[in-house]
Amino acid sequence: MSGPNSSYDPVQVTPLGEEQVFAMRDEALAAIAGAADVDALKQVRTDHAGDRSPLGLANREIGALPPQAKKDAGMRVGQARGAVNQALAARQEILEAEAEEQMLVTETVDVTLPWDRTPAGARHPITLMSERIADIFVAMGWEVAEGPLVEAEWLNFDALNLGADHPARTMQDTFWTEPAENHVVLRTHTSPVQARTMLTRTPPIYVVCPGRVFRTDEYDATHSPMFHQVEGLVIDEGITMAHLKGSLDHFAQAVFGEGITTRFRPSYFPFTEPSAEVDLICFVCRGSGVVDAGGSASVQCRTCRGEGWIEWGGCGVVNPRVLVACGVDPERYTGFAFGMGIDRTLMFRHGVGDLRSFFEGDVRFARAFGTEI
Amino acid sequence: MRAPLSWIREYVDLPAGVTVEDLAARLTALGLKLEALEHPGSDLTGPLVIGRVLTMEPEPQTNGKTINWCTVDVGDANGTGEPQGIVCGAHNFAAGDLVVVVLPGGVLPGGFEISARKTYGHLSAGMICSAMELGLGDDHSGIIVLPADAGEPGDGVRGLLHLDDDVIEFEINPDRAYALSLRGVAREAALATGGVYTDPAQRDVPAPNAEGYPVVIDDLEGCPVFVARTVSGFDPTAVTPRWMARRIQLAGMRPISLAVDVTNYVMLELGHPIHGYDADRLSGPIRVRRAVDGEHLTTLDGTDRVLASGDLVVTDDSGPIGLGGVMGGETTEMSATTTRVLVEVASWDPVAMFRTGKRHKLTSEAGKRNERGVDPTIPEAAADRVVELLVEHGGGTADPGVTKVGTAPARPTVGIAAGLPARVTGMTIDEATVVANLTAVGCAVSGSGSLTVVPPPWRPDINDPFDLVEEVARIVGYERVPSVLPPAPAGRGLTQEQLFRRRVGRTLAGAGYVEVLTFPFVGTEAFDALALPGDDPRRTALRLANPLSSEAPLMTTTLLPGMLDTVARNVGRGSTDLALFEAAPVTLPSVGAVAPILPVDRRPTADEWAALERAVPDQPLHLSLALTGERELAGWWGPGRKATWADAIDAVRTIAAALSVEVEVRAAQHAPWHPGRCAELFVAGTSLGHAGELHPRVCKAYGVPARTAVAEINLSLLLEHAVAIVPGPDFSTYPVAKEDVALIVRDDVPAELVAATLRAGAGPLCESVRLFDVYTGEQVGAGHRSLAFALRFRAPDRTLTETEATQARTAAVALAAERHGAVQRA
Ligand SMILES: [Zn+2]
Repeated sequence: MSGPNSSYDPVQVTPLGEEQVFAMRDEALAAIAGAADVDALKQVRTDHAGDRSPLGLANREIGALPPQAKKDAGMRVGQARGAVNQALAARQEILEAEAEEQMLVTETVDVTLPWDRTPAGARHPITLMSERIADIFVAMGWEVAEGPLVEAEWLNFDALNLGADHPARTMQDTFWTEPAENHVVLRTHTSPVQARTMLTRTPPIYVVCPGRVFRTDEYDATHSPMFHQVEGLVIDEGITMAHLKGSLDHFAQAVFGEGITTRFRPSYFPFTEPSAEVDLICFVCRGSGVVDAGGSASVQCRTCRGEGWIEWGGCGVVNPRVLVACGVDPERYTGFAFGMGIDRTLMFRHGVGDLRSFFEGDVRFARAFGTEI
Repeated sequence: MRAPLSWIREYVDLPAGVTVEDLAARLTALGLKLEALEHPGSDLTGPLVIGRVLTMEPEPQTNGKTINWCTVDVGDANGTGEPQGIVCGAHNFAAGDLVVVVLPGGVLPGGFEISARKTYGHLSAGMICSAMELGLGDDHSGIIVLPADAGEPGDGVRGLLHLDDDVIEFEINPDRAYALSLRGVAREAALATGGVYTDPAQRDVPAPNAEGYPVVIDDLEGCPVFVARTVSGFDPTAVTPRWMARRIQLAGMRPISLAVDVTNYVMLELGHPIHGYDADRLSGPIRVRRAVDGEHLTTLDGTDRVLASGDLVVTDDSGPIGLGGVMGGETTEMSATTTRVLVEVASWDPVAMFRTGKRHKLTSEAGKRNERGVDPTIPEAAADRVVELLVEHGGGTADPGVTKVGTAPARPTVGIAAGLPARVTGMTIDEATVVANLTAVGCAVSGSGSLTVVPPPWRPDINDPFDLVEEVARIVGYERVPSVLPPAPAGRGLTQEQLFRRRVGRTLAGAGYVEVLTFPFVGTEAFDALALPGDDPRRTALRLANPLSSEAPLMTTTLLPGMLDTVARNVGRGSTDLALFEAAPVTLPSVGAVAPILPVDRRPTADEWAALERAVPDQPLHLSLALTGERELAGWWGPGRKATWADAIDAVRTIAAALSVEVEVRAAQHAPWHPGRCAELFVAGTSLGHAGELHPRVCKAYGVPARTAVAEINLSLLLEHAVAIVPGPDFSTYPVAKEDVALIVRDDVPAELVAATLRAGAGPLCESVRLFDVYTGEQVGAGHRSLAFALRFRAPDRTLTETEATQARTAAVALAAERHGAVQRA
């Protein structure tokens, strides 16, 4: 507690000489400069700037002085105290900075230590590619249609101009369910979604349908009883093969990059007429069939086996017979459809050599693709 | 289809400068897709010449073999004119014979280099060749002995042997059956190159007469045309000429005997299957009819077949002698003693061919063509060509009798607007081009503006205007189709459900789960391994009639078998810390519903559509997940945290939270889970599925680590409850009042229930109740545990007083005491 100084004796009061005050100040400044750390400085503050410090006491004595002396002494002591406080603050700042510096140094860690505490999650590349493809078409105003995997035979075949005695049925080795007279199959392509879409929507129809399909193929590096397709279907007035070409060119560029276009070759699918195979200009050699092998040498492109083109899928103008079976007026509307393998697209886009990688569920596979493709 | 270029050239005058590569590329652009390009003969290089065997000394060897030490005159081909000494292991020749000799420096197919080498005590300088060694087929009966007039020793022999050719192998689509012949390929080659085409089926044939072999057709729909010719005095020992055998070989078939080779050769040439009978083994007239159910026939392949009423059979007095258009019968087969050949060229109903082929699992070169449809106007030409070749090379005479029953059905005309090709393809195609291109593929075109088109008889695939559009377009060139984006109307983007599904995947991936895709095929063993009770509905699965594996004939009703197999596979490969998920449909079989085969000439009626929908099994989307090993890995930071039953349950809660759905968790006992560590998850009172720790026996059965945790829920059901539009929260900014309570309850009281009670008892001021500790031990007594909850209170409009918070907390504890006998722990 601070109280009146009991030892105060005005008689003993001697005028505070300049030298005396300066000496106190200098002593204080020297102590401040000598304080090694914040704690030491705290002691210095008490000793040289506190109430009981020489300057503190001197300050208190001022009040007892005659007016003129009071003024002079007040000024001298005030200046001295000011200088001391300033020095204290400055020293405090320096010492705090030094202390912080020191603390930061001692707290240094090895930032190369791993923090792989939670293994990374990932989505399946087929899911990612299906979504990417859907997004490409959604961006053009199309919608994403879906259908069941176990499907009515009529929708998988007959409605698509593939009657029971159509030789092309043997092109698609079908899983049949029991009993056979129920006429239920595992869909062999995503095309039944075409039929479902036409039967449940009214034109104009612009849909894309990624999904699983099944064929009785033995499981090996390039075949699988389950794989994935993406189907596209457009039904509108005035639709032509040119619109099909435009859509697929856009699709190809969106998936494989600028300048990657498609080529049509006449082909045959019962549900389209005219029909075409779609080839993609090889995005590795860009159609040349060869790639640089260092220096001036070049070797055959492995992605397209030197052909410059990659088989991508099938497409065509929707056969009017399909329109009729699905209740679309063939006089008023035309349409196009296409189907590509999603697994296949991934295989050559990412250089995946073995189809089985998609279905083995090895976490190392999906993790390599992460969450966006 | 494999087409030798030399054969194509016989019918089309290819313009100079068109290489085989050009031709293949142009044909591919027309729709005959190049499969492979081969250059037979190119793998045989160096001196290959005629040699005359001068001397031939048989020399028995110690190994039991006898070799012949021969001297062979090869003219000047060896550079010296001196006889060449050659060791030969074959014996089917004699001194004086002309043989084929490859001299040192030559290379045989397979990279076999010929050099003078020491063998059997002689310096053998070359090799006397067999057909097989030269790549001329699989005849290894001995070395080639050339006819005496083949040439002079030292003459080159490549041309004589028809060694060199180019072969284009095409992939032929089912609609282009005509291209399963040189006639068809050459026609396309003419279209592709502008070369002049000569139709090999165009020939003068003798008119049918009454002297031919008697033939009766009972079923003109099944067999509209039947032509028969006979060759007598045929020499069964006559050999197939080298050029014919070579072409048959290059076309991918095997030369067999002259009579068989001729029928195959003409089939390849004209595309029309032909059958030859040993006429002396026929008894009585030939009759074509549908088989009687249960009739038997042993076909050429030696198989005894039970016929069905749909099969078309060729019969004579002895009964069935052939499966019409598919395969002949054994009893009338041509043999090494056949001197009278009856040649049958008949057209068959493609549908019947397809069905018979399928029924008897028979694929043959004939069947392949017949089921796709052949030109029914050329049987006479084909038969005449066969007769010509048999007589020319087999030395017989053509009988004057010519049988022809039936006529080729007329092709229906197709009407097409001249503007249709342009309208459908988006290319500029004028009427003149339409007419020219249709004419070029063999159509008869009349009219203008609205065209009337008669498709050619070899194109049974052309029936509709759009078929004609394709013909026009492929000749104009698909490469000329412009690239134009269609004017799609504004779309609505992904559906809410599609967006939700993506959200589920992202949420789980974000939580460290890796997505997998598994096959839906399982067997009952998979259900047994899950220890499903006998009456578990998951055992009722849709069965496949033709599964890839008899061990997995069912469409799965649960994703767990595939998931657990995937876990085991990963663990086996060294990935032991796993968190996996799969979202995929399962199949719940519909009972006995038939999916009708509806008509295709109109839209299904509402009833028909409903019947179809009913018959398609329900296929709800399921979500499965599995965890094993460490959920958080051990490391320099300290120990890891093992994945447990709680992670599996939490994953479901996490997904539900991402969809703004509240799930309720209740204890359950359900296979394949550990009976004490299984939660059933509910949304709005409906069960979603289960989560928890796998039963130890199931872990063993699937070979996955002990304590593997799994969950499986009906994701479709969860998505139905997902909240599309989440209401913005309305929260208070006044200070929070925190109160902790520890309640001692019996240990069979679920924590979730106690929390709910506290929430209910605390009233509207209670912001949250969170369990933060569970304690068991002496202090709480046996059969009991202490649950510690942190309660947060807050009012929307004011700072709560201490009394208010305490009162709310007291009310909460009181309700817990009342409902669960909870005692507050001191
Ligand atoms: Zn390439």
